[in-house]
Amino acid sequence: MIEISHLTKRYGALTAVDDISFNVEAGQVLGFLGPNGAGKSTTMKMITGFLSPTAGSIRVCGHDVEREPIAAKSCMGYLPEGAPSYAEMSVRAFLNFIADVRGLSAQRRRARLDDVIERLGLAGVLEQVIETLSKGFRRRVGLAQALLHDPQVLILDETTDGLDPNQKHEVRTLINAMSKDKIIVISTHILEEVDAVCNRAIIIASGKILADDTPQALAARAPSGRLDDVFRQITTGAKPAREKEVAHA
Amino acid sequence: MHNVRAIFRREFASYFATPLAFVFIVIFLLLAGVFAFYLGGFYERGQADLTPFFTYHPWLYLFLIPALSMRLWAEERKSGSIELLMTLPVTAWQAVLGKYLAAWCFAGVALALTFPMWITVNYLGEPDNGAILAAYIGSFLMAGGLLAIGACISATTRNQVIAFIFTVVICFGFLLSGFPLVLNLFKGWAPQAVVDAVASLSFLTHFGSISKGVIDLRDLLYFGTMIAAWLAANVIVLEMKKAD
Repeated sequence: MIEISHLTKRYGALTAVDDISFNVEAGQVLGFLGPNGAGKSTTMKMITGFLSPTAGSIRVCGHDVEREPIAAKSCMGYLPEGAPSYAEMSVRAFLNFIADVRGLSAQRRRARLDDVIERLGLAGVLEQVIETLSKGFRRRVGLAQALLHDPQVLILDETTDGLDPNQKHEVRTLINAMSKDKIIVISTHILEEVDAVCNRAIIIASGKILADDTPQALAARAPSGRLDDVFRQITTGAKPAREKEVAHA
Repeated sequence: MHNVRAIFRREFASYFATPLAFVFIVIFLLLAGVFAFYLGGFYERGQADLTPFFTYHPWLYLFLIPALSMRLWAEERKSGSIELLMTLPVTAWQAVLGKYLAAWCFAGVALALTFPMWITVNYLGEPDNGAILAAYIGSFLMAGGLLAIGACISATTRNQVIAFIFTVVICFGFLLSGFPLVLNLFKGWAPQAVVDAVASLSFLTHFGSISKGVIDLRDLLYFGTMIAAWLAANVIVLEMKKAD
């Protein structure tokens, strides 16, 4: 469970995240939506303990991220934006390093490595150096790293950004397969993704939560029934486009 | 502890995954030899000891150690992998220690590979091997002290060139702090106690006394404190400035 209360992050005069509060329960796949610069990544960086909040608190699996960072980080898997990794390592060495740091026992490590390698189709590139991999494979290595310890909470920042349609489909299938008992938070600005994998969506702009509902309920707010229109309407205050309304009618 | 070991292993292996290890070791050995034989007059002195070899280590380290330390954190910032590392269940101390020890061990490997010098003097005469061992320990400690400075400075920036230049300048100051060049900056206005304190911070003085073959507790304490203080500063820099 993730409990966020009155979370605020300021950079000088700029308020990137402005007093937001929400909880996420097990079994929820939360789509975190918003235009660029809305505060999505900043919020995720605070949940995962990379940035310290200016005010407010975050609890993950019952552990306060600021006060018990190691316990909180242990129950989370995180794929940062752009899937950073150690470019000069082979995929196998990199995953072994993560397993070391995560403190997996020899037996568990073998089982978990086999599992993520199979799920993400990495068997063919295990000995390859990460910097020689395509963007899609690098993203998969990042996901493998986040899933390795089978975390209760999964935080994915723009995971499918820049992937081709097939790769996007694979990642979504993977998320759907895992979503039953975990908490998954995905930030994205691709709205079809929310329809495909999420059972809850939060729209955030200028650091404030503007909407929090199921994707279906959100989409129903626009006369066209399309999430795109709701998103534009909510984040810019624009009226729904006339012709779409007619088309829908 | 397993975290420090995991980070150490990854970091140490990464030196050998790129040409960095090879280039560094070759240049180090080449320059160490050139300095000892040409500038130090290793043969001409007609003495079976390694003094001309060790005398130039501080100057060799002045440029080579910053080249080793500059990437420690600046590269993590540049590539964004710092976000991965700091969101794994490791404390800043564990990360700092793991990385630092890897760099120090790597410097130790380069230093150990100068063993043909030691074989040569033993072939040519009968040197005081105890004094040579002490000088090796002194050289290793000095490398450790300079690396700790470099690691801390590397954590302040994402630009490796900036890290390199600032590290050279600060290491230069610490090497020479017992000499008029630095002391004159303080003499005019600071009380004598401050001048003495600055003078006692000199790497060269402490390295000099160890390399004469005397391992004094005060010198060991000096290097130990120096390393601990800079690593503590490294942790503080990281915690204050995790992002960007």
